[in-house]
Amino acid sequence: MNTLRHRHTIAIVVFGIVYAAITMFVENSYYQLIMAVVPVWAVMGLAWNLFSGYSGLVSFGHAAFFGLGAYFVALAQTHWGLSPWISIPCAGVLGGLAGIVVGMPTFRLRGHYFALAMLAYPLALLYVFEWLGYQELTLPMQREAPILYMQFEDHRVYGLLALALMLGAMALTRRLERSRFGLSLLAIKQDEAAAEAAGIDARAWKLKALTLSGAMAGAAGGFYAIVLLVVTPAAVFGMLVSAQALIVTMFGGVGTVWGPVIGAVVLVPLSELLHAKLGNLVPGIQGVVYGVAIVAVILLAPEGVFWKLRDLRQSRRVPDDEPVAAAAAAPAADIARPERHRTGQEAVILEARGVSKSFGGLKAVQSVSFEVREGEILGIIGPNGAGKTTLFNLLNGFVRPDEGEVRLDGRVITGTRPDQICAAGVGRTFQVVKPFRRMTVLDNVVVGAFVHASSEADARQRAQEAVRRVGLEAESGRLAGQLSTKQLRLLELARALAGQPKLLLLDETLAGLGPQDAAEVVDVIRSLAGTGLTVVIIEHTMPAMVKLVDRFVVLDHGAVLTSGLPAAVTRDPAVIDAYLGKRWRAAHA
Amino acid sequence: MNGAQLAENFLQALTAGILTGVIYGLMCVGLSLIFGVMRVINFAQGDFMMLGMYAAWFVFGLLVPGGSGGSVFAPYIAALAAGPMVFVAGVLVHKLLVSRVTGMRGNALESEGHYAQLILTLGIALILQNGGLFVFGSQPVSISTPLSSNAWEVGPLYGELVSVFVNQGQLVSAVIAAIAVLGFVVLMNRSRLGKALRAAADNPEAALYMGIDVERAHRIAFGFGVAITGVGGGLLASSYPFQPYVGLEYVIVMYAGVVLGGLGSVSGAFFGGLTIGLVQQLSTLFLPQQLQNTAIFVVFLAIVLVRPQGLFGRAVRRA
Repeated sequence: MNTLRHRHTIAIVVFGIVYAAITMFVENSYYQLIMAVVPVWAVMGLAWNLFSGYSGLVSFGHAAFFGLGAYFVALAQTHWGLSPWISIPCAGVLGGLAGIVVGMPTFRLRGHYFALAMLAYPLALLYVFEWLGYQELTLPMQREAPILYMQFEDHRVYGLLALALMLGAMALTRRLERSRFGLSLLAIKQDEAAAEAAGIDARAWKLKALTLSGAMAGAAGGFYAIVLLVVTPAAVFGMLVSAQALIVTMFGGVGTVWGPVIGAVVLVPLSELLHAKLGNLVPGIQGVVYGVAIVAVILLAPEGVFWKLRDLRQSRRVPDDEPVAAAAAAPAADIARPERHRTGQEAVILEARGVSKSFGGLKAVQSVSFEVREGEILGIIGPNGAGKTTLFNLLNGFVRPDEGEVRLDGRVITGTRPDQICAAGVGRTFQVVKPFRRMTVLDNVVVGAFVHASSEADARQRAQEAVRRVGLEAESGRLAGQLSTKQLRLLELARALAGQPKLLLLDETLAGLGPQDAAEVVDVIRSLAGTGLTVVIIEHTMPAMVKLVDRFVVLDHGAVLTSGLPAAVTRDPAVIDAYLGKRWRAAHA
Repeated sequence: MNGAQLAENFLQALTAGILTGVIYGLMCVGLSLIFGVMRVINFAQGDFMMLGMYAAWFVFGLLVPGGSGGSVFAPYIAALAAGPMVFVAGVLVHKLLVSRVTGMRGNALESEGHYAQLILTLGIALILQNGGLFVFGSQPVSISTPLSSNAWEVGPLYGELVSVFVNQGQLVSAVIAAIAVLGFVVLMNRSRLGKALRAAADNPEAALYMGIDVERAHRIAFGFGVAITGVGGGLLASSYPFQPYVGLEYVIVMYAGVVLGGLGSVSGAFFGGLTIGLVQQLSTLFLPQQLQNTAIFVVFLAIVLVRPQGLFGRAVRRA
């Protein structure tokens, strides 16, 4: 892990030295300008990546931050004589503030609506700045103190300054990437619901990401104004600005510090040189270059150049970590049901009272009441459409009940946000496993560990503990995308465990597993319950459930049909009719 | 400014708003068709509209050599002729590019397939805009017709104080746009093609099992959608000068209208577009001319923020 981290740092340093050396050797002043502009777009790409790449919300509006930064630096120098050494950091702050102002209302939107709304901000600003009379703002020459105003005879200095800005942005991204910040955003990108269930306050993290991203874009815009010396609304608020940020990143690869850098290093010089050579013959060639680049990337390598290369390299390497699962002795498929000593008088940990929820005319859950006692394994069964998953969504706060209330340790939690319910000690898994495929098993679990962790080291330790408890230690360094279905189920268990819940809600954890794999997972769940954890599990596969649970609640058409001990429930004629069917009766008569 | 003057300004802006609004409505219907059938946000819609404008301009040049005079019908024939031309362009773009990330193939892509479509159409938009700059040049052009410099005077009303001028060119354009929208609605509801398109929109998989070629339905919907917007562009072209970047302004106008009417609803899109036209023209009563589009963006943001799922959308969260 540490050597990997060092390798990345070394790569960044080497890249910086090479870039600086090339900058110093370039003599033509137009090429010197290109050397200064490439890092600006790389920083814009990094800013876009920091927000959209990690959170998965596509922004078409980063030009708003860029343009505000550029105009701030230009106006501050023209009107107040403010030095760019001060105004560029201020432009960053302004961009960050703009990120907050934009994010607060816009995060209510999802998907397409978010992307479209983001597009409207820079375009609205574009017309406002035109109306204000800033069609073309030229920065005044400062002959008295050129260095104070970042005006250098030698254009190579701009290249070096831009490089410093880019290296700073790269270092910041690197730092954030593997921290709580980056992992939380990745979790949101993968599945916002799952992230919230893992205790992540999605809105707060998205807002932080957009603030930082806006700050980076604002600083980039401010520096851009200094390099070009002319600011026009179309050049800084225009569609191409937002598009370029997105395109250099998508081209190079989303979700990595190298993506935007690769994209900028390839595409910016290409479009600039073509523009210089053919601009008179073919106006608009820059836009065509970016358009063709993004179309080609989407069609040929949607993951971007960086990931494509990495995948190619990895597939050529001989896999050195063969799965060791086969080595473990497989437990007998039909394990005996060990006795669990339960009095039925333990304290009530979770209680649902008359909970109802309708979607339109469909009554998904109808006045359901039940209680969960400390340390027990409660099974909720019922046919498809009986309202099982909706019930879980009501318990962990995804859905607000129309009527009734849910109490955790006697406290009403109805109407509380999912991440807060998670922090209060309720963990959950999902019917469909959603691992973060490009992250290692351990990193996947670390995401879940942040809920109660005081530091990153603490989170890592808790994650390791959780991985050990489900028996995935051997796989902890592997990428989640390489796991088997059973291992993925265990991974999800570990992710929920890492938040150290008192109560675990498992949604069809045994679905899609063969009898032997199911038996292994059942063993793990039983061993967890043995350590005092309370478990509520939804399931289809009746035989495995009988061996697992202490008590059943049977749902049918959204209402509780019956509840009780497994032996009693499986003999109840009403249950057999609603759920088990005649074949069960025939087989067990 | 006295009351009569105020009333006159208001009525004048209202008239202009309705006349442009009907054409915006037609353009929105095209965009809405694509989203409704394919569930794809087409970023390049404004640029196909630009193609429609230039196609109409080209046909007009053939009909009226020299660029002025000629039959009063020439600009409208040209605008309608733009439809089939843009249709062919749309079908080609769909076949070669868009179809690779949409429909059944789109479903097979990773979770980002959704955004792949959006970003692909952004790339197409950039190519069309900037390619247009090369092919058509950056000088604004317009289709001049004798009608667009004539107006009918309504009034004088209220004792000779108030009179409203209705531009003849715009009025004819608006009437044609309204007829086109009605024709489209009839086509969608009555014809076999319309039924196939609606089936493909409703449930592509089921439609596939019913023997409907969903890929083809998507291709036709895309071609049709951009062609309708292209005709709208052609109709606008006789009253507004345009250049290759014109699409960008209208893409927000169109999305504002479509979102206002509820994404995917065709009649909603028409009235959404009409409303946007009214907002744009009425805003000139109290805002400077340059901020017309800012007014639209603000209305657009207000709509999506107040009704995050659109006016007819449903808020469903799934775990």
